[in-house]
Amino acid sequence: MTAPSPGRAAHPAALALARRHRLRAWEPIPWVLAVAFYFAFPRHLGFGTELLITVLFAISLDLILGYAGIVTLGHAAFFGAGAYTVGMLAKHGIWTEPITGLILAALIAAAVGLGSGLVLLRTRGLTLLMLTLCTMALLEEAANLGHAYTGGFDGLDSLPIAPLFGVFDFNPLYPRTQYLYVLAALFLCFAFVRTLVYSPFGQSLTGIRENMLRMHAVGAPVRTRLVVCYTISAAIAGVAGGIWAQANAYVNLGTLGLDRAATVLIILVLGGHGRLYGAFIGAVAYMVLSHFLSKIYPTAWQLGLGLLLVVIALFARNGILGIGEAASRVLGRR
Amino acid sequence: MIFGTDLAGMLLGGVAAGMVLFIVSVGLSVTMGLMGFVNLAHGGFAMLGGYAIVLAMKHWGFGFLPALAFGFVATAAVSVAFERLLYARLYRAAELDQVLFTIGLVFIMIASVTVLIGPENQPLPLPAMLQGQVDLGVTRYRTYSVVLIGIGVAIVLGLWLGVERTRMGAQIRAAVDNRRMAESLGINIDRLFTVTFALGSGMAALGGGLGAEFLGLDPQYPLKYLVYFLIVVAVGGLGRVTGVFYAALLIGVLDFALKKYLPQGGTLFIYALTILLLLWRPQGLFGGKAT
Repeated sequence: MTAPSPGRAAHPAALALARRHRLRAWEPIPWVLAVAFYFAFPRHLGFGTELLITVLFAISLDLILGYAGIVTLGHAAFFGAGAYTVGMLAKHGIWTEPITGLILAALIAAAVGLGSGLVLLRTRGLTLLMLTLCTMALLEEAANLGHAYTGGFDGLDSLPIAPLFGVFDFNPLYPRTQYLYVLAALFLCFAFVRTLVYSPFGQSLTGIRENMLRMHAVGAPVRTRLVVCYTISAAIAGVAGGIWAQANAYVNLGTLGLDRAATVLIILVLGGHGRLYGAFIGAVAYMVLSHFLSKIYPTAWQLGLGLLLVVIALFARNGILGIGEAASRVLGRR
Repeated sequence: MIFGTDLAGMLLGGVAAGMVLFIVSVGLSVTMGLMGFVNLAHGGFAMLGGYAIVLAMKHWGFGFLPALAFGFVATAAVSVAFERLLYARLYRAAELDQVLFTIGLVFIMIASVTVLIGPENQPLPLPAMLQGQVDLGVTRYRTYSVVLIGIGVAIVLGLWLGVERTRMGAQIRAAVDNRRMAESLGINIDRLFTVTFALGSGMAALGGGLGAEFLGLDPQYPLKYLVYFLIVVAVGGLGRVTGVFYAALLIGVLDFALKKYLPQGGTLFIYALTILLLLWRPQGLFGGKAT
């Protein structure tokens, strides 16, 4: 390593760049809270598990939407691909071991991502939006058609999932194992994504989002980068889907639906996209609100959600974290 | 002979469905072509218009044609308010914001209609004149479908003449082809857009009402058929009235035939075909320039 001249290294911009990836003091907080939740609310671990899976799914979307700037309405395609991989392997008694099952789910989802990404990412704008939507609809329809393998409209239930490490059972009524298992998977995937976005590869993704033409001009392999990013994101979404199928012991067409794709988009944007932790904030805000409101007034919840989206699109384009950042800037200036 | 009647029936049914798709989607195509605005709430205006038409006939004693006119005008008026107050702020915004905003709008529409009117399906009360069947020589067919085809043909002719022969039509074509150049020539794009947005939403209202026969009309309408409307627009090409017409007919007939002969996997083919087509021609089957 050659040390840069001290004058340049001490420049604030150089320091900011060099320290960008360092762990900030507040970064362990979400993880501490997640572990605390396990001990504080043993009766709500089912909800907690669902929440953590949603965070994982939203992080996978953040990678392509927030960092690479690919607007997709079909991200649930990969969630569903992972969920159906786990579901079909378990239901037909081929493979029930959870961890390797997740790896398989990630591989299948990545294959779907690579295959569709290679062709879809040649297009942009409305066409890309349409193609992601159609790909997801295609998979949903295929899953609906293949009754014999996928259970069709009813899906597959009571999936036999082998105990974790051969010891810890997945009990749907007391989802203790599921919660810790999902938390561990989320932590690993998050660490991976965090490393990725601060790497030169992640930098080039941000460059592509900000100005694709200029990235072409400086000789970056734009399409390859996008396809690789899309594939990685698909794999993580596949892990989220697979783990969802394992934790709930069932899989249905809803895992592939527009509802799920729209919800994860809303969650990410609500929290703030392109910010890593936006997925946490958005998922907590959305899930807690929907958990309490949708049970009491389902219609009011939809109305509120609609209003929230309109307000975010018009006034708070960077979500809750964006509001926080703006507030801290204003306070810092004083 | 039986095959002939079958074929005629299939074509008529498919074309009638295609007409409804066309009437709903044409406004979406023109507004997307003009502003590049991703308006996922277009089906919402079709639903609002459909409700206005059905309710006007059921509760306020409107006749069929007056109810259609009422639905058109009411929806156009509401859409202008939306356009000026909300949409106009997002023309230069990123695609993601437009998508979120219009999805939010759809949710608001669905929830409001559910609360105010109720979640159940609203059937269109057809006047006695349009019920029953009519003899067409080759085959007998439902009067309403035949009338629907007539209305569709009249609308496409009217729109075609409007776009090809009037000053405003020429301005729309110019703006779709090259917005900057059109603006430089002094065409007021904002006003043009407001007018086309209102007309397009009014047309969607007609489609929502006329199509309530076989698409149904319930609060989930805008989400249920969103993919269909978008497919028609994407296949037809942005801002192309005739392109959308051909695409709507194509998809209407294809969907009708597939549902009849392949009731299980019909839609699968439509999605697959759309994907292949968009990969081959991203600007749509009838679209002009690449976008």
